[in-house]
Amino acid sequence: MFIKVRITPGTISGRDLVKKLVEVCPVDIFAEDEGDLLIVEENQDECTLCNLCIEAAPEGAVQIIKLYED
Amino acid sequence: MRFYEHEAKSLLKLHGLPVPEGKVAKTDSEVEEISREITGPVVIKSQVLSGGRMKAGGIKFADTPSEAKVAASTILGLQIRGQLPQSLLVERKIATVNEYYLGVTYDAIAKSPIILFSDMGGIDIEEVANTYPQHLARTHLSNIEPFSDYKAKEIISSLGLTGSDLMKLTSILVKLVTLFRRYDLTLAEINPLGKLSTGELVSLDCHVDMEDESTSRQLALLNELSIPATEVRQGRPATDFEVRGMEVDSIDPRGVAGRVVEFDGNIGLVIGAGGGSLTLFDAIRNHGGQAANYCEIGGNPSVRKAYELTKLILNKPGVAKIAVMMNVVSNTRVDIMARGVIKAVVDEGHDPAEKIAIFRIPGSWESEGFKILTKYGVDFVDRSVSLDEAALRAVNKVKAK
Repeated sequence: MFIKVRITPGTISGRDLVKKLVEVCPVDIFAEDEGDLLIVEENQDECTLCNLCIEAAPEGAVQIIKLYED
Repeated sequence: MRFYEHEAKSLLKLHGLPVPEGKVAKTDSEVEEISREITGPVVIKSQVLSGGRMKAGGIKFADTPSEAKVAASTILGLQIRGQLPQSLLVERKIATVNEYYLGVTYDAIAKSPIILFSDMGGIDIEEVANTYPQHLARTHLSNIEPFSDYKAKEIISSLGLTGSDLMKLTSILVKLVTLFRRYDLTLAEINPLGKLSTGELVSLDCHVDMEDESTSRQLALLNELSIPATEVRQGRPATDFEVRGMEVDSIDPRGVAGRVVEFDGNIGLVIGAGGGSLTLFDAIRNHGGQAANYCEIGGNPSVRKAYELTKLILNKPGVAKIAVMMNVVSNTRVDIMARGVIKAVVDEGHDPAEKIAIFRIPGSWESEGFKILTKYGVDFVDRSVSLDEAALRAVNKVKAK
């Protein structure tokens, strides 16, 4: 409703990067499923806008969209 | 956390303070059995977290076990201020030649503990203070310095007590102060403290309240007294609404959404931050508003916690609008609160612009929060509008509805 987390297709690969994203998010927006990165839809509105995921991923791979700013 | 009388007496007994011979019963048959063991007249006392038991018929005397059973049966079915007894305390009936009052509590104005002593026990201490002030002695004590027998003796003797009575009362007062401090109590009161014809002193009734925030560090005592640390004690049993409030607070460890108390007004309150809840609740009342609830939300709660608390309040029958108000916050994020509150309002099928009378949470991340509030058309104000003014606006909006 307020926050949408978007992953640019093909930018997050490798188990280490997936684990890193899962680890850095303080509000569990990311989860791992057999090496793939999942976005936990119901946790997106908990996003604290800390940008740790953006910093952990390759440039442009993760986008945090504030839906209230459209 | 208020203790039942039998728990309070167990605490006194653990610390060498004199209490009458007695046991706790759950049924009238158990009362009869205990009465038989005591051999002699007994007193049967309703265990409720409320005063006024004698006037309400919750305390009865019996000369025989069969009389005790009949009395117990009556008390077990007797509601006192909406409470049925949790159990009955059966004690030997004690004849006294004199009665005293001893209490330790906090003086909120002086911001320090205070000792109260009266040689007129057995009646409300407020009545003694108003009608017989010469029979009431009081003194503050330090939270830091050790408490001395001398200080206890000084206050007892100030009402003219001497000799054996002075020595015995001094000893009891020192022990009472010790347990008041050791167990983070907010009230330790013996009333009456009866003097027998032998000169012995016995705590005939007592009240003990423990600071709610201290229960986690007083687990050993609570365990010893068989009091569940999670149990909430107040002057009446928690309502379903209040129980659901506690569940909201426990959904995750982030922040606090606590002390939800039900009232019967039409303004739902999502309030908190650094004493803000009490101030705001009073302000609503002062402006003629009728609060539907009290609560304390803060400490940077999750969106979900703010959401669940708001939903709970919105769904309370009779709530016309909600007012979301806090002090200036540094550790609670305005945008997170805005997300939780608005999401709940929308999910419950309301228009945030209509349902939220006012949103006044200035502070951390407020610019982000204000963007969200603007998007949903919510009437919000910043710190330039006082808590009192915000409360007035909320009251006026609900009245105008």
